[in-house]
Amino acid sequence: MADEKESQPKLQNVLQDVAGLATGLRTTLGERFKPQVTVMYPEEKSPRSVRYRGRHYLRRYENGLERCIGCELCAAACPVGCILVIAAENTEEHRVSPGERYAKVYEINLLRCIFCGYCEEACPVQAIVLGPEYELSDTSRERFVYTKDMLLEPDPRQQEPIFAGGRRKP
Amino acid sequence: MIRLTPPDPFGLYTNVVGHWVILVVGMVLVVFVVLTGAAYTVWFERVELGHMQRRPGPNRVGPWGLMQLAADGVKLAFKESFAPSTVDPILYVLAPAIMVTAAFLAWAVIPFGIWQGFSYWIADINIGVLLVLAVGSMNAYAILLGGWASNSKYSLLGGLRAAAQLISYEMALGLSLVPVFMIVGSLRLQDIVDYSVHWGPYSGPLPLVILAPVSFVIFLISGVAETNRTPFDLPEAEQELVGGYLTEYSGLKFVCFYLGEYVNMITVSVLAALIFLAGWHPTLGGPAFLSFLVKVVLFLFLYIWLRQTLPRLRYDQLMRLGWKVLLPVALANVVVTSVVLVALQ
Repeated sequence: MADEKESQPKLQNVLQDVAGLATGLRTTLGERFKPQVTVMYPEEKSPRSVRYRGRHYLRRYENGLERCIGCELCAAACPVGCILVIAAENTEEHRVSPGERYAKVYEINLLRCIFCGYCEEACPVQAIVLGPEYELSDTSRERFVYTKDMLLEPDPRQQEPIFAGGRRKP
Repeated sequence: MIRLTPPDPFGLYTNVVGHWVILVVGMVLVVFVVLTGAAYTVWFERVELGHMQRRPGPNRVGPWGLMQLAADGVKLAFKESFAPSTVDPILYVLAPAIMVTAAFLAWAVIPFGIWQGFSYWIADINIGVLLVLAVGSMNAYAILLGGWASNSKYSLLGGLRAAAQLISYEMALGLSLVPVFMIVGSLRLQDIVDYSVHWGPYSGPLPLVILAPVSFVIFLISGVAETNRTPFDLPEAEQELVGGYLTEYSGLKFVCFYLGEYVNMITVSVLAALIFLAGWHPTLGGPAFLSFLVKVVLFLFLYIWLRQTLPRLRYDQLMRLGWKVLLPVALANVVVTSVVLVALQ
């Protein structure tokens, strides 16, 4: 290593080195004036794909009835067992879903959930879907057990639906 | 050569009490200005490095991230002052103290300029540059002592590297300025700044970079090495030495080293602006202070730019550049300049 460098530096080599230095300096200065790629996170968010698997939503029909029929297939499909469904019978005076039964209790423990999306594949009526929301931090474990009120999307007769055709609108 | 004596409109310098009051106020102001300057140099560096990597840099604390350094400073100041049990208790504390003291000491003789008939400097001594260089090389002791006192292999290696590097580049730094002294005929910084020529139609202060370009280049390179900045930051090479001499330091002692490094960086930039770019004389127009500031910021930007561009030198490359390139070139520069000066007489 030392032997090859021991010879006297030639003028040509020195000029080449200086030219190399100038190229490097020009590159960094050029980058200085190019547009920045940073996404200012809390204010702006990078776009998520339409198939993004964030927190769950329970969907409704257009007439406001819940889609979930309390079949518990989602709970059966869940590999970590984070879904609890307790079904109850629909009656004529108290109709929640179009089927025979509806979910009286529907809870998802989001600390256990691995966001695999098997529940949404298992669901025969496309009631449960994984949405775009990923900012799920909270201050206590109890608050990560999402109940039916938190999961249910708003009544589409009163508010624009979040999901159209089973998927979030792009 | 223009010689300006400090003007004294209120007779304050003839009054002993007034003299000392002005001196103390001046010193406090200088320390304040340099401290703030160092903090904003760090901010400037982080923003510029960010922009060169196509990200915005610190922009959260205060407008444009300007309060970032205040936040960092408060955080570091309130950190537990932790020291490993095996350190040398006296030298471990002394090293950062030497670093920060030496860094600020140089500012005693650095002239900020003459503006509106007032001169802005603390001491006006006839060997100003020599004092700045002498004090500037004291950070070698701080780094060496810090590395030794930490009793850690990384710190010791960092300290040794620093000592070898500073000695190597000290020579080139000092010798690069000798032609300037020969041209100006004075070691007083104010004289060097005021160096003027009468060339035909032009008569006035001349940036010495025109007369001593080789000195300028050697001074810049050695200045980067003196302040231990990339590409000469071997003493604190993170990848090989963890943090070099800084490994065992945290909290306020770390702040002292860090502050010292940035104050030294400003000192070398100011020195370059004063000696080679005619200091506060408005080379391209504008008020004196602004002109001086722009020149200093220009050198600071150059430092940051180099840091962003160049990878660290290998140790043998560093030594070869210092002893086999810069030192002979600096010596030849001295000889050539003196021959030319004698020939012109």
